[in-house]
Formats: sequence, C-alpha cells, structure tokens
Amino acid sequence: MSVIHLQDICRSYVMGVETVHALRGVSLTIERGEYVAIMGPSGSGKSTLMNVLGCLDTATSGSYELNGQNVEEMDDDELADIRNREIGFVFQTFNLLARATALRNVELPLVYAGADIDERHDIALAALHSVGLGDRVYHRPNEMSGGQRQRVAIARALVNHPSILLADEPTGNLDTRTGNEILELFDQLHNAGHTLIVVTHEEAVARRSRRIIRIRDGLIASDEPVVR
Amino acid sequence: MNLLVEFQEGARIAWDAIRANKLRSGLTTFGIVIGIVTVSLMATALEELTRSFHEAVSFLGTDVLYIDQREWFVDSDQKWDVVQRRPKITVLQARALERELGMVRGVAPTVTYSIESARHGTRSTSTITIIGTTEQFLITGGHTLSAGRFLTKPEVDGDRDVCIVGAEVADQLFPGESPLGQVLQLGEQSHTIIGVFAKRGTAFGQISLDNQVVIPIGKMVRAFTWNPNCTIQIKVGDDARVATAREEARGLMRKIRRVRPGQPDDFAINQQEQLLGQIAKVSGIIATCGFFITGLSLFVGGIGIMNIMFVSVAERTREIGLRKALGARRRTILLQFLLEAASICLVGGVLALGVTAATIAFARRFVPAATLSLSVIILALGVAVVTGVVSGFLPAWRASRLSPVEALRQE
Repeated sequence: MSVIHLQDICRSYVMGVETVHALRGVSLTIERGEYVAIMGPSGSGKSTLMNVLGCLDTATSGSYELNGQNVEEMDDDELADIRNREIGFVFQTFNLLARATALRNVELPLVYAGADIDERHDIALAALHSVGLGDRVYHRPNEMSGGQRQRVAIARALVNHPSILLADEPTGNLDTRTGNEILELFDQLHNAGHTLIVVTHEEAVARRSRRIIRIRDGLIASDEPVVR
Repeated sequence: MNLLVEFQEGARIAWDAIRANKLRSGLTTFGIVIGIVTVSLMATALEELTRSFHEAVSFLGTDVLYIDQREWFVDSDQKWDVVQRRPKITVLQARALERELGMVRGVAPTVTYSIESARHGTRSTSTITIIGTTEQFLITGGHTLSAGRFLTKPEVDGDRDVCIVGAEVADQLFPGESPLGQVLQLGEQSHTIIGVFAKRGTAFGQISLDNQVVIPIGKMVRAFTWNPNCTIQIKVGDDARVATAREEARGLMRKIRRVRPGQPDDFAINQQEQLLGQIAKVSGIIATCGFFITGLSLFVGGIGIMNIMFVSVAERTREIGLRKALGARRRTILLQFLLEAASICLVGGVLALGVTAATIAFARRFVPAATLSLSVIILALGVAVVTGVVSGFLPAWRASRLSPVEALRQE
C-alpha cells in the first residue's frame, strides 16, 4: 500500500502582482519502506514539494493522500495533528531548542501528542539510545557536535513512529565524515522498514537512496531507481 | 492533546523564556509592579476609609431613630426652603412623644447648645457643646461612662445643676485629678460633675461626645436656650421592629404637631442608614476616580507587556515554526504566550504585594488600623493576571497564526 499519493499537485504563490507557479502538476506515489531522494536546483520547486509532503503547506490544487488520509481539505489544527502523527522532520540546521536538553528536545512531539510525563520520558530515552546518544541525554545542543545534534533531531523525528521521515538537506551543515555517519544511520532506518524521503542537491547523498526524483521548473523531470 | 499537559508545557516554556531574558523580563515586571502597587494601595486606602466611616457612625446605632426638624441630607434647594420653614420641635412636643410612645427601649429628647468655653478655676476649654437631655440618653446613645454615674430621673425632673463631661473636657480641666464632685462653670452656671464619658475617639470630630457636656434638659431650657429645637432619640431595641416603631413615632408626631391628613410630615425621622448611604455614595465616587487613575498606570504597564511579548514572538518565530511542524496547534501556541505574559504579570503582582505590604507596615505608624486584607491580595493578583492575559493576547494570537513554512524560514 502506498504511503504517499500525490495527484496533479499545483502550488502557486502570489508575490506582489506576479503569480509564481512553484509546482505545476506533480503526481507521485511512494510506497511504504521506500528510501527516496528528491533533487533539483534552487527554484525548481523541490522545497515547495517538501513543504507539501510534510503538510507544512497545502497545495493550491490536486489531491494528496497521506497514509490513507486526504490532506488537502484539512485546516491548520488538523494538519498539526497529521504532522505530529505521520511525519518526522529532520532539518538542515537541526532546529533544536537551544535551552533544552537532548531529552527534552526529543520529548517535544510527545508533548504535542498528549503523552504524560513518565511515558514521554521513557520513549524519548529509548529513541536517544537508538541513535547512539544514550550518554548525551542531558546535554544541551551547544554542548554537542553537529553530528550529535542531527542525531538528536533524528531521534525527535522518530519518537512518534511517523509514517515518513522527511529530511531536508540533512548533511548540509555537516562535514563529510559526520555526514556519512548520518547517512549510515539512514541506511539502518531504511533496513528497519522506515519510509525515508531526503531532499538534497548533493549527488552523493542522493545516490545513497534507492530512488531519485528530479524536479525541474515545478515538474518531475525524472524518476528512476538507483542502479548500484 | 489535553489541556493539562498543554498547561504544564506552556508554563514550563514561559518560565524558561522569562529566565532566559532576566533583565528584559525584570524591567517589564517593574512596570506591572508599579501598576499593581497603586491598585492595591488604592484598594487598601478605600477599605480603610470606608471602615473608619462606618466606625465613626456606628455609635448612632442601627436601631436608633432620630426625629429632627430636618432631614440629615437635603438634596435640593427647593426642599431646603420647605424644610427651613417647618416649625421647631419644642421640648413640650418631645416630652409628649416620650410619654405616648410605647414598646421601645428608650426615648430621649435632646437639645444642643454651643458655648465658647467651659471653665474650672483658671483652666478653660475651647468651644464645647452642651446637651440637655434626660436619664434615657445613656440608653438611646449607647454611651458608657468611665467614672461616676449618669443623670437620674429625679435630677432631670428637678432641673438639678449636675453634669456629665466628655473625656476630653475632663482631661483638659482636670489633668491628673478626678473631676467627680468638682464644679464646672458653663457661662454663668455652675454644675457639679457626677460622671465622665468613656473616650470615643474623634473620627468625625464634632459628633463625638469627647468634648461635650450633658445636663438635665429642663436646666438647659431655663438657663441657656428658652425656645430650643429638639431632637428626639428613640432606641427601638430590636432591629426587626425599627420599621413599626418608625411608623408609630411618625403617627404620634403628626398628632402632636397637628399635621392635617393629606399634608406632608413637618419633621424628619433620620436613621444611621441614611448616613451610610451618603458615605457609600462618597466612597463610590472616590473609588471611581481612584481606580481610573490607578487603571492608567496599570494600562501603561500593560502596554509594556504587550510590547515585550511582540518582541518575544518576533525573536522566537523560528521556534514557533518548529513547534508547529512538530504538531503544536494554534491553541497550544496561543496558550504558551498567554502564559508567558500572565507569568510575568503574576511575578509582578507578587512583588507588588511585597512592596504594598512594606508600605502599609510603614503607614501603620500614622494609621494604626491599616492592614493588607485578603480581598486586596486576591484583587491585586487577579488584576495582574488579567492584565497579562489581555495585553499578551494580541502578540500570542499573532504567533498562533504564523504559517510554519514562513516561520521556519526566518533566521
């Protein structure tokens, strides 16, 4: 069963007097357990596509079915719930709360899911262990390396058992070696059955996935499996 | 997500934010502190004012009627003209009422007369009021004596030259000695002092007995004022029977003064209630003005909060975007910032109460009865929280409506 099904998705913005068509009719199906890379030059619409996939933004037209739920008609709060339940975000700049410990950062989605204190503490702790940060639980972001911060972000993304893990340039702020560690972690997550979508402009990062979707001028230019 | 978890989380974020910006939060709080201090001091002052008013009129008694030529409060000039033309209440009329009125604890006709001073030997007092009355005055006025005794019926009936003096008169003329049995010069008249009233305090100055002298009413008429205007004090003795007694007294007075049926009363029956009503009116005006002014200072504090909350929202736009991406709903974000604003104000409120308590402790040197009451504490904290919520609402609302994409893009 497909976890994501996009049909003729268009997204346009009104900028002053001009209308910018960021997506011009994207149709796309992603199956559960896939590891997909989305590539494209800046201005191609790949960020818009990622925002739509992540339910941060809604399409102007077209339909989007995420894990069997039609997303396009949902209001702000329903989308917030969908993001909370179905999507794990990993950002280029990590986006951790600077004043909070690793544990607290990972707990955050559970807070919004309404879990009680003991429950979220246990789940978050387990998630941190699973990304190899069992010894950094009470460190704050400024006491950790970039790679460790991104692991905290990944633990946070996984903590609610989302349908998809959506990573936006996850290695963009890391050196090659640390970036590779993160990609290895992605491989492990893929092997464990998670659905991964990585948005990147680095060919090397994209080639770690199993399928590369290239976006150009708001349309899918190519959609091919990765040949190894 | 349930409201309790949301509340816990909101409170936690609020405290983190306040702790992270100590100076800023402190300065903002300062504005609120000033506002709340003025509110709570104002409220305390009002409470104290009302309390002392009530204390001052309490000796009038809730079940005492005062039959006078005039109402205590005449609210128009026309009315005043009418009231002015009414005939005086004579001693004979007063004594007639006293004879005929039944079922009350006591009736005392009183006549007052001011003289320049009372003397004993070389000492003299300033202007004092002489009250001519009967032995019942002790009951109707609810007075107590600190020494000696009050008038007896034979003394009143015989117009004897005796008197009871107020505490202040006693202190002035007989420092360090007992006034009992001494002779008091009232103008040309000599009176033997047989009793001293207990001190009452002078909240309303002239209506305290401390600087007055009481003599038999017949002596008063003979020696000081031959055609006086009487006030008749009636102690009903039972709050439930006040209305009945009032009607009875009214009917009798109409008969005694020969008021024809259909004509309005040519006398007034006054009660403590009227005075209290007047006081309530005055303190209502003071409260309105006072709270308007203190409200202004609170308003300024509130603007400070609003300002700082806008800054707080602006600099945490990215955090708001992240929280929304992770599943925070509009209400959650709204609550978070409202709690932050309310917390700043609540801290301000608590500090303000500290300042107020200190101020009141200091003021106690001059106004011994001043206290910080529970109602003022609740008022101050309530006002603080409301100020926070009201002034935090607009920034919080704006934060809650941010689009996650836009917010995350912010540097």
